[in-house]
Amino acid sequence: MVSNENVNNQEETKWLRCSNCRDLIYKRIFFENQKVCPLCNFHYRLTAHERIELLFDKGSFVEINAHLSSVDLLGFKTPEETYEETLRRNQEKTGLKEACITGRGKIKGVECIGIVFDFFFMGGSMGTVVGEKVARAFEEALSKELPLVAVTASGGARMQEGIFSLMQMAKTSLLAGRFKRESQKAFVTLMTNPTTGGVLASFASLADFIIAEPGALIGFAGPRVIEKTVKAKLPKGFQTAEFLYERGLIDMVIPRSKLSESISEVISIGVNR
Amino acid sequence: MRRFSYDFETKIIDLEEKLRKVNQLASQNPSFEREVKELERKIENLKKKVYGNPTPWQRVLFSRHPERPKVRDFINALINGFIPVQGDRLFAADNAIVAGIGFFGGREVAVCGTDKGKNTRENLTKNFGMAHPEGYRKCLLVMELAERFKIPFLTFIDTPGAYPGIGAEERGQAWAIARCIEKMLWLQVPTLAIITGEGGSGGAIAIACADRILMLENAYYSVISPEGCASILWHDEKRAEEAAEVLKLTASDLHSFGLVYEVIPEPLGGCHRDPNKIFKRVRESIKKHLDELMVKEIGTILEERHNFYRQIGNIFK
Ligand SMILES: [Zn+2]
Repeated sequence: MVSNENVNNQEETKWLRCSNCRDLIYKRIFFENQKVCPLCNFHYRLTAHERIELLFDKGSFVEINAHLSSVDLLGFKTPEETYEETLRRNQEKTGLKEACITGRGKIKGVECIGIVFDFFFMGGSMGTVVGEKVARAFEEALSKELPLVAVTASGGARMQEGIFSLMQMAKTSLLAGRFKRESQKAFVTLMTNPTTGGVLASFASLADFIIAEPGALIGFAGPRVIEKTVKAKLPKGFQTAEFLYERGLIDMVIPRSKLSESISEVISIGVNR
Repeated sequence: MRRFSYDFETKIIDLEEKLRKVNQLASQNPSFEREVKELERKIENLKKKVYGNPTPWQRVLFSRHPERPKVRDFINALINGFIPVQGDRLFAADNAIVAGIGFFGGREVAVCGTDKGKNTRENLTKNFGMAHPEGYRKCLLVMELAERFKIPFLTFIDTPGAYPGIGAEERGQAWAIARCIEKMLWLQVPTLAIITGEGGSGGAIAIACADRILMLENAYYSVISPEGCASILWHDEKRAEEAAEVLKLTASDLHSFGLVYEVIPEPLGGCHRDPNKIFKRVRESIKKHLDELMVKEIGTILEERHNFYRQIGNIFK
């Protein structure tokens, strides 16, 4: 069975079972298809590195602020684990320092600053380092007069940094606001599965254009929280990209294979003025 | 009638009920006066012991106390000639948000706040202080008014969070909150946020991005509710008390982090025990901070505001 978690850990067989349609997929075709099920079109989660490889022109992406790594501001610990242990575990698991990678690169020849979240690092949660990298990415895009592309995959603000995480909503919205006031280049968010909570309710939803991958879960509150609050089953397709598209909250739902093209068109606005 | 009490303070509430009874008797029969004195002393000692050093969880409980003054009480006590804005001019009137323009002392101000009900009936219209997108869009309207009239913008916050419901999602809860945060951070007038009770996550920060954040002593401000945190960490909401400890969500924690400008002390056992005292303290505090902000150039105010929010949590490895 392929799921969003273990898609890379099934090297031994030639076949995969899709966790969405439950059908068998030939593994080579699945990977050639950029981890989209060829039968049901389910878009499996990508790591930040896979996403960069998918979107950016080959070899064009140069990471910035790669060294930033979180410290334990609250002394957060549970009887099971300290925050520092949680961080180390996620760093070892993903090979990343933090839940997002930022840098400069080209998408179909158009130069831009990119922010790419990795859901496999603590659910793509936004703590102080993610907030700071997002802020610096906006500043870099402003000073270099480049458009900005944010690719989100996040459960929201990072609980383990408490109020400091919540405040990153303010920090990133401040910079998104500055970019929109001072830059004539485009700011586009690509929302991938899932984009929720504090990331959605800050810079991500402030973009000039919002694109989403098919089927992505996008919402302020998680479906389980909502179900518990309203004490009812949620309508089918609730909080999916398509659902939000119909309600005018996002601008485009674009399949993975066409993303580079669509994004490059959006970030070309104002470039050749 | 017996008043509401939490488990840890039951003894005090019981004794206070007895004191009220004995006081009635004493007014007719002076021989009860000695008992009055004795009870009063007993209660004072017990209050010091029980309320003297509340745990974070006890403060959360105070912040949610049903008799705690609600945002509307603060507005009624502190703002004169309040002219309300009823809705967002787009979809609906959200009664979880009170918003409008009035006078604070002699000074015209724009005001927004999240308002809880005092009983179940009120809470049906107030949605327990949990706003929908329309509520936040109403706040955006009032922020625009503040800018147009060049008057300071004040917010009062007491909310468990923004409403996690079907309609709220359909109409862009996250979009509305983000717009509020951005707008408030760029607002061209002085701003002040007062967290009077619950500062619940995104629903609170939506209208808390002020030049100065003030907090009542027993208010909390957190990225997630203690219950939500406990349910994620241990799949057990009942461990909220432990979660309240690890989240560092009290006014004094946030003040020590340099995020909250001033903590306004409450009467022992919570400000519902003496609402007039807390109104007076909040009034004095708002006056002081507005006086200090109003003499500054707006350019300086924005620069300081932006520097403050830009550097939060900038400690890295
Ligand atoms: Zn499939």
